[in-house]
Formats: sequence, structure tokens, C-alpha cells
Amino acid sequence: MSSASSPVTAPASGRGYAPPGRLGRILSRNGPGYLFLLPWLIGFFGLTLGPALSSLYLSFTDYDLIQAPNWVGLANYVRIATADPKFNAAMHVTFLYVALSVPLKLMFALAVAMAFNRGIAGLPLYRAIFYLPSLLGSSVAIAVLWRQLFAADGLVNGMLAWFGFQGPSWISNPHYSLYTLVVLSVWQFGSPMIIFLAGLRQIPGDLYEAAEIDGASNWRKFWRITLPLLTPVIFFNFVVQTIDAFKAFTPAFIISEGTGGPINSTLFYTLYLYQEAFGFFRMGYASALAWILVIIISLFTAFAFLSSRYWVHYDE
Amino acid sequence: MNRPPIPRGPGAARHSIRRSAFIHAGLIVASFVMLYPLLWMLSGSLRPENEIFGGSSLIPSHISLDAFVRGWNGLQISFGTFFWNSLVISVLATIGNVFACSLTAYAFARLKFRGRNFWFALMLGTLMLPYHVTLIPQYILFLDMGWVNTILPLVVPKYLAVDAFFIFLMVQFFRGIPRELDEAAMMDGCSAWRIYRKIMLPLSLPVMATAAIFSFLWTWEDFFGPLIYLNDMKSYTVQIGLRTFVDSTGSSDWSSLFAMSILSLIPIFLLFLFFQRALIEGIATTGMKR
Repeated sequence: MSSASSPVTAPASGRGYAPPGRLGRILSRNGPGYLFLLPWLIGFFGLTLGPALSSLYLSFTDYDLIQAPNWVGLANYVRIATADPKFNAAMHVTFLYVALSVPLKLMFALAVAMAFNRGIAGLPLYRAIFYLPSLLGSSVAIAVLWRQLFAADGLVNGMLAWFGFQGPSWISNPHYSLYTLVVLSVWQFGSPMIIFLAGLRQIPGDLYEAAEIDGASNWRKFWRITLPLLTPVIFFNFVVQTIDAFKAFTPAFIISEGTGGPINSTLFYTLYLYQEAFGFFRMGYASALAWILVIIISLFTAFAFLSSRYWVHYDE
Repeated sequence: MNRPPIPRGPGAARHSIRRSAFIHAGLIVASFVMLYPLLWMLSGSLRPENEIFGGSSLIPSHISLDAFVRGWNGLQISFGTFFWNSLVISVLATIGNVFACSLTAYAFARLKFRGRNFWFALMLGTLMLPYHVTLIPQYILFLDMGWVNTILPLVVPKYLAVDAFFIFLMVQFFRGIPRELDEAAMMDGCSAWRIYRKIMLPLSLPVMATAAIFSFLWTWEDFFGPLIYLNDMKSYTVQIGLRTFVDSTGSSDWSSLFAMSILSLIPIFLLFLFFQRALIEGIATTGMKR
């Protein structure tokens, strides 16, 4: 980058020696900008745009890393839509996970943020404790911990035993395994909680005072003031957490040892994509799966933004 | 509560003390529930091997560090190697991220050049793009270049400013720095590079620190990247080492598994202790997801 320090200053300064002629003027005017932008431009074309177009192309081929890709038209997409039970299982698992974990997580986050917003003593300590799981969240260590918490002889069953219940082996039972991952996700409500707390602080206090003078109950204040004024933050958290939940990978991988089992009950979409690409090296098919994920996420985002007009309250 | 309290009678004061005691009790119980799994993992790692593990009590009969020794050498390659690999990758990736993203952000925030708005819009567009669409061609590219099984695929992209989120963050910050500063410097004949080095970077240490902390965290915790690019055990990161350890011990030696898990969390925990404010403010002001 040291070449950027060559005397290509803005022409307005009248200093430096710009190369003569029109080309020279264009260079001296745009040169520094493009020099600074160079790393990003290389990355954008080489690692983002190029690969994205390339995976779009591969999704119409049968590429397997060994033989040159053959064009198969829509065959991958047709198979995904009509003849792939594992895709259906992955969709079912992923949507169930998103639909359960996101609302629960946001409800916990909001409830705790509201308790904090009452101005209690020791707030920084409590906030740190509630935030910690969210920070550690995506580590393999936490997935390992979860695996043992819900194992047949894990902590959860140990606690159930106090009350005389004999719990099942949650992780290896297809009826429960996904719910253990939902619990894991809900446990990590720390970062939406912090965002909610920042949002609650923005609500002007005199609104509540006016409502109190009018004799409004807490319940009414929550529904009429807090919730409507917080909708932009709720919207933001909802979109970010939902997209994140669609992309979840690590805990399911660790808990099922990469299989998505038992009986595909933890086969997250990204896990299925990983298996197709790096287990079976069906790169063409996996590219089609990747593009379907993008379409799902884009549709969700577009829908969220369109609907926001009807329920998100913005200050004029 | 930053608004002045409304004056109330003595009955209301007693009421509010009771209420706050109630809230504290609830929060203490909730804190305990939140932390219990982590404490259970810690106590599990300190337990002597013969102690039956199914119990839910936290206190081991006596403290033993055997599990750490067993775990450290539990695979053919010691965890020391994995920690070293993770550290190298995380440090290099962090430097790359801060350096490349700040260069890009400076160009977008301050330099005038043709097509700036066009590129900026494209950059914002990549913010929303899930990495899955670039994953497979990137893998093929790195495979052809002979980079698979090296740290290069995990580090080099960071020097090409692929994390648009940090660029966006820094652009926002740079825009808040008074323009007069760099305009005056430019009048004096300062080059763009000198303005970036001597004015912008020193004035934006907070955002650089936020970016560095989060880059380090995310790289340290990254599982997917190392999983596909590192196949040789000598090059494993801690996360991949842990995963291999899970698969090889199954549930036969929980305590050593927990011991290594605890160790893998220590760097994150230290960052949390020392930079808690920066982390929490980073999330509150930028809406990061973790």
C-alpha cells in the first residue's frame, strides 16, 4: 500500500505533479480511492461475486470434484423438489427449529431486558451473567456440554431423578433431540436482550408518567407504550435471529456427530448441505441446495420488510 | 431509570422495597439457572475419574487435575498444538480484518472517486449474502491452488476485506470524524495514506478495538471453516480438536472432554472479562448477533 503515498493528492491542492493529459487527470482524481479499495475489489470479484456466479452455474451441473461438470439443466432442482426425502426432513427440522427457537428467545430477551430497565442495583453484573452464554454460544465446547447435559445419565436426568422421574436419553431420542437444540438456542438470549435494553432506554420516560397520571395499569402501559415503541427493535432482532437460526450448524453437528440423526431429527439444512458437499462431494447438487437456502432467506427477509409496514412503528 | 422519581407516600416506598427484593430474588435464581450448566462443566472437569458422574451436585469430593492431563494428551497430537494453531489463525485473521476493512472503509467514507456509490451499494449487498453460495466455488478454488490443509483459506480472505459488516461499521465511525481535520491536512499536502495513518486510525481506536475483539472471537469460535479446510490433525484448531476428541472418547471420559472444553473457552472468557464494556456496547450500538 505504500504506493498510495506517492504524490497523487487532490488536484485542488495544486501540489504534487499529476501526469499530464486527460488520462492523467482521471488517474490522479480516482487513483487513491481505487488503491485503497484494491484489497476489497480483489476479494469482491475473486471471493464473492465470482464464486456466487460459479455456484449458480454449478447448481445446473453434476459436478463431483473429479470429472468435469456436465450441464444437467434443472435436474438438481427437480430432484430436490420431488424426490429427495432427506431434503424434506431438513426443511421440516429447520423450519421447526426457527419457528420455536426465535420467538422463545426473543420473549426471554424482552422479559429480562424489561426487568433490567427498572433500574435495579447490580445491573452490570446481572447483565454480564445473562450475556455470557450468548457470547460462548457457538463454541464446540458448549455443544459438547449440551450433549452431556441431556445424555441418559446427564444433569437434566439427574435433576429429574430428585423428583422421582426417569428421564429418557434426550439426545438419542428422535422425539426430543431437536428440542434440546431449541433449549440451547433460547439459553443464548443475551445479545437480543442487550439490544432490547438499548431500545427500552430510548423510550421517553414522560410517556409513562403521563400514563400513570391517567391511571393506566402496568399491563396497559406495556401494550400501549412499550410494545409499540419497541417494534423497530423487535423487528430488527426478529430478522437477525431468524436468518441466524436458518444458518445454524455447529450444535447439530456435534450432538449428532455429523449425521443429523437420530433418524434425521437434527438434520439442519446447513448440515445436509455440508453432507452433500463434503461427505459425498456432490458439488453440483449442494450448490443447488445453497441457492435454495438463499431464496428461502431472501423471501423471508422480503416478507418481513413488507409486513413491517403494518406493525412496525417508526417515528415520523 | 434515569427520570426523576414521582413523589409518593411512605406506603409506596415500602412497596417498592418489597418489589425490588422480589426482582432481585428472581434475577438471582435466573442467574443461577443460566450459569449452572457452565459450573457443572467446570466441576465435572475437576472431578476424580472414579466419581460417578450422573449426579447433579456441583462439589466434587476432592479436586483433581487429572482430567486436564488426560485430555491434553488424549489424541495423537496434544491440545497444545491445537491451541497454537487457533491462536495463529485468530491473530492473523484479526490483523487482516482490521487492516483491510479500515482501508476499504476509509475509501468509502472519505475519498472521492468515480463509481464510489456503486461499489458502496455492492458492498452493502454482500452484507446480506449467506456464505453458503460462495462456499463451494471458494473450496474448489482453494483446492486448485493447493491451499487446502493450510491456514491460508482461513486467513488470506480476511486481508481482502470479505467481512462487509466491519467495513460498514468503520464507515459509520469515520463519517463521524470532523471533515475539517483531514481537509486541513490535505491542504497541507498530506497524501491520502498519511491522512489514513496519522489522522483516521488514531481517532478511531474504539471502533478498531470493537472490530478486533469480534474478529478474534468469531475466528476462535469458527467451526465450519477449519472443518472443511483442515484435514491433517497437525493443523487442527481447538474447535476441530475438540470435535475429534468427542468422536474418539464418546461418553467414556466426560471429565477430560469437559476439561478441554473449559480450556477452549478461556480465551473468550478473558476477552469477556477485560473488554466487557466494548462487547456490550458493540452489540447495543451495532446490533451484532453475538
